[in-house]
Amino acid sequence: MYQAIVLLPLLGAILAGAISLWGARARFPGAEPSDDHHAHDHAANGHAHHAEAHAGAAHDDHHAPAEPAAEGSRAAEIITTSLLAIAMVLSWIAFWRVGFGGEEQRIVLFNWMISGDFKVDWALRVDSLTAVMLVVVTTVSGLVHLYSIGYMAEDPYRPRFFAYLSLFTFAMLALVTADNLAQLFFGWEGVGLASYLLIGFWYHKPEANAAAIKAFIVNRVGDFGFALGIFAVFMMTGSIDFDTIFAQAPSLTGKTINFFGWHADALTLICLLLFMGAMGKSAQFLLHTWLPDAMEGPTPVSALIHAATMVTAGVFMVARLSPLFELSPNAAAFVTLVGATTAFFAATVGLVQNDIKRIVAYSTCSQLGYMFVAMGVGAYSVGMFHLFTHAFFKALLFLGSGSVIMAMHHEQDIRNMGGLKDKIPFTYWTMVIGTLALTGFPLTAGYFSKDAIIEAAFVGKNPFAAYAFVLTVAAAGLTAFYSWRLIYKTFHGTPHDKHHYDAARESPAVILIPLGVLALGSIAAGYPFKEFFAGHHVAEFFRESVKQSAAVIEAIHHSPKIVVWTPTVMMALGWGVATYFYLYRPDIPASMMRQHDALYRFLLNKWYFDEIYDVIFVKPALWLGRLLWKGGDGRVIDGFGPDGVSARVLDVTRNVVRLQTGYLYHYAFAMLIGAAALITWFMFAGGGAR
Amino acid sequence: MASWPILSVTTFLPLAGVLFILMLRNDEAGVRNARWVALWTTVVTFAVSLNLLWRFDPSSPEFQFVEKVEWLGGYGAYKMGVDGISLPFVILTTALMPLCIAASWQSIQTRVKEYMIAFLALEVLMVGTFSALDLVLFYLFFEGGLIPMFLIIGVWGGPRRVYASFKFFLYTLLGSVLMLLAIMAMFWQSGTTDIVTLLRHAFPREMQPWLWLAFFASFAVKMPMWPVHTWLPDAHVEAPTAGSVILAAILLKMGGYGFLRFSLPMFPIASADFAPLIFALSVIAIVYTSLVAIVQDDMKKLIAYSSVAHMGFVTMGIFAATAQGVAGGIFQMISHGIVSAALFLCVGVVYDRMHSREIAAYGGLVSRMPVYAAVFLLFTLANVGLPGTSGFVGEFLTLLGTFRVNIVVATLATIGVILSAGYALWLYRKVVFGKLEKPSLAGIRDMGWREGVVFAPLVILTLLFGFYPKPVLDLSAASVTALLENYQRALGAAKTAAMLQ
Repeated sequence: MYQAIVLLPLLGAILAGAISLWGARARFPGAEPSDDHHAHDHAANGHAHHAEAHAGAAHDDHHAPAEPAAEGSRAAEIITTSLLAIAMVLSWIAFWRVGFGGEEQRIVLFNWMISGDFKVDWALRVDSLTAVMLVVVTTVSGLVHLYSIGYMAEDPYRPRFFAYLSLFTFAMLALVTADNLAQLFFGWEGVGLASYLLIGFWYHKPEANAAAIKAFIVNRVGDFGFALGIFAVFMMTGSIDFDTIFAQAPSLTGKTINFFGWHADALTLICLLLFMGAMGKSAQFLLHTWLPDAMEGPTPVSALIHAATMVTAGVFMVARLSPLFELSPNAAAFVTLVGATTAFFAATVGLVQNDIKRIVAYSTCSQLGYMFVAMGVGAYSVGMFHLFTHAFFKALLFLGSGSVIMAMHHEQDIRNMGGLKDKIPFTYWTMVIGTLALTGFPLTAGYFSKDAIIEAAFVGKNPFAAYAFVLTVAAAGLTAFYSWRLIYKTFHGTPHDKHHYDAARESPAVILIPLGVLALGSIAAGYPFKEFFAGHHVAEFFRESVKQSAAVIEAIHHSPKIVVWTPTVMMALGWGVATYFYLYRPDIPASMMRQHDALYRFLLNKWYFDEIYDVIFVKPALWLGRLLWKGGDGRVIDGFGPDGVSARVLDVTRNVVRLQTGYLYHYAFAMLIGAAALITWFMFAGGGAR
Repeated sequence: MASWPILSVTTFLPLAGVLFILMLRNDEAGVRNARWVALWTTVVTFAVSLNLLWRFDPSSPEFQFVEKVEWLGGYGAYKMGVDGISLPFVILTTALMPLCIAASWQSIQTRVKEYMIAFLALEVLMVGTFSALDLVLFYLFFEGGLIPMFLIIGVWGGPRRVYASFKFFLYTLLGSVLMLLAIMAMFWQSGTTDIVTLLRHAFPREMQPWLWLAFFASFAVKMPMWPVHTWLPDAHVEAPTAGSVILAAILLKMGGYGFLRFSLPMFPIASADFAPLIFALSVIAIVYTSLVAIVQDDMKKLIAYSSVAHMGFVTMGIFAATAQGVAGGIFQMISHGIVSAALFLCVGVVYDRMHSREIAAYGGLVSRMPVYAAVFLLFTLANVGLPGTSGFVGEFLTLLGTFRVNIVVATLATIGVILSAGYALWLYRKVVFGKLEKPSLAGIRDMGWREGVVFAPLVILTLLFGFYPKPVLDLSAASVTALLENYQRALGAAKTAAMLQ
């Protein structure tokens, strides 16, 4: 059954990929180069009008499809979506069996790499932690597949899109069922690949291509740390499969690794390196820059990959490696620091953005920070709880945004929206539900998980716990503000773009059904699961899958009333201010924007991270590359090496031998002379020495 | 033991093809027949070499299929044999040869007969290099391989072929003279040129550094290692597609093979002493050439520079002298043989159509060449070292093996993992993605069936070895283990001797 959950999406991806290639091939048949010559003129003429139409279409993604839909689009949709639906059903069964029935499993598929004392298998590890992820991934993915049938209906390349979506799902499932670090890395890079392909899905848009590459490379920076972490684990324990590592972890305390002269505590170093991977994948502070740009991809992708699943892989990783992080308080403190900083930083940037998707993206970044705060203070199950609930309401917000964008004819700027609530009421109400959940309105899903994190930060024992508490509370207020700002500017007030407003209409049922289901989840995913993630049943639900001290949960339950109420008060405050600003006095934010121009620009430009990175990394790398090429290779090595020598040789031989014919003789001659000289030398000198 | 000299047959079978082609007339039919003869010869050779694979006993670290004929009056002998380290390279060579012939089918239109002869001769020399068990014989094959390669670049190459082959010549001359010197010194000291005997022979401590350096000069040029790599981009750029394929896939591997066959086992003390040098050069190669690759505007140059970076992982892994490092190095060489061959073939596909290697001449190919785009993507990802492709396994194992020995080196080398993503994806984006705007590209056609047949095995192997690298790793495991045991024993003995003094 578990094999089926993981492999069905792969099967879907392969089938849809084959359909996509087959369809594209039918449109553009191949030819050997020589056949091409005589067909060239004809083909060029035949394609001329086509190329024009294509260029026109590129300005707007799927306004008016210049090309007919690829053959087999419907088949690809049905195949991938139904395979995903099966995987989803199986996952919920697995969730039930593993989480509540305690059926943990380890299924070895086959050997992967064996070399000397290094051995790693392809194996599935299914425990409660995995089960939670399976449910999240397959559910959101299934709904996104369904939604995409509607959202991408006008796109000519649907088979390719669904192939990528299913490929992503497979990689993500491989990630969460990983039994060892290498397989985790496989899934890790696999989702990165799928993300790259999906961000760049509209490959004719330069911004989409740039964003895709940026996402991949920034993630690779994180993976650099991840890979080193794996190597360090192997060096210290002689293995990279989880069972062995966790068994050995306690014996590593006190050991050090000499890392560039720094005698680092082995476990701290390992955890920090591995966490670097998590920072990249989960877009944490310093490595967050790719996530907003990733919004260039189609909206269903943003919902699935850049909100509900892939970006939470870092959180999952820390939970999975909790036996290591538990033993390394310094690393855990760092996790808290990064999480809290991100939660706050991303919320501040979210305040002023105008692109509907980017606001939600920064919100994602911020919420991931919350999850890491929980991980850092040792409340792993609480962090997983937020991951679980967040998947529902954040996917909802993205898919809702997608519905808005569709209604507005691919307009994404909220300044050009307004008043849409009567035009698209279903979308409006589901987005309101998502916003309530995100901001932590009492009794919604987000309320339980987010408040638990803030309480955990309050009772946390590490040096940054207090810092985290203050920032997460502040961020709670900011979250409410920017979320409601989005709702008000989009759905309330007067329409700013009359033309699009008049044309706006509610999306079809394939889009509304996923919204409805996720809205339901945003309300219902909290209370029923509260006890298992953050209450009295944590130990029996998660068992050994996360290493969490019972004391943390206990302490959360005894946190003072005032702490319990703080986030709710902050939420109300943020909501109130947003309501006042955007419903009653829209002039206030406008005048504040003018008065605090510097601050506004600082936030609008995302603290200038892109610009800074460009100056300190990208430009120097290119400059250095050119310098090494032209200077190093060209002037120094070649100049003093072959070119210099050849210049001298040429001087000598210019008039003697025509070069084109001369090489072989030169070479043979030189070899001969050399050999003769050496033999002579050996005969005398060598012979004498003996 | 084989009842017939299977290794010699594998090695020299292409000569039969050469004879056939020589007998053909020089008209159109003769040219067509030359192609077919060459193709069939290489296919049959490959089939025969599979026999080797079939009968090889991977559990034994010994040389197998050994053949010996006295020669040169007892000073040297014709001795051939393969072990787990050399067999993968033999198979790689014979497997790629038919693909090279097929890839040259249309693109070579001048002096076709000579071209085919050069390739067949090259095959003999390359297989010979990997299976020679006598120093003199090895030297002959090793150096002889340069001659057909020279001709291939010099006759069928691009506009700057003269410069490129001249550069190639200067570098290799330096290396080969020094190696010849070392071979003589070894004969003088040990009284034999038999590689099997030499592998058990302990060269004096003082002599080892000199011998090591002499061999290093030759192998480092071949790899190529920084800073003697600058011939490679030029040679690649000028060589015809199949020439680039062979250069990247096989000829470069002779350097790595040499390190494994000679440097490490015969001069263990010097290898250990010089390991920091190799590490330094490898790390520089990885970072330096990756940075250079990012700013290239010629597709072949970019891939050539990325080859140098990938070979950096190989040298680093080999001299880390851990099981994972060495096995990873071998695997990386095989994988790079497949992936770089495929990448050069990918360049060849568009070069044959548009006659340009300039990255700027392309863009948006995906909207006309979907199958090509998919194939190119796979190999780009393999080049980046994405898990699930063969490129990952080699990089991962070499780094894993090196990290245990030298954390600083492994860490710096891992930077290459970030940079490779930069240049490879940039190339892909510029060539394949984007809008198809250039009118000249509007009529470009996707890959045809012959191209498909060439790429299919490479696609399959890249994925197969990515998910299941065991066949390659198992093939060399016993030999690698034996190699490292001997190496450690020699080092241990040297240490004891030093302590006694």
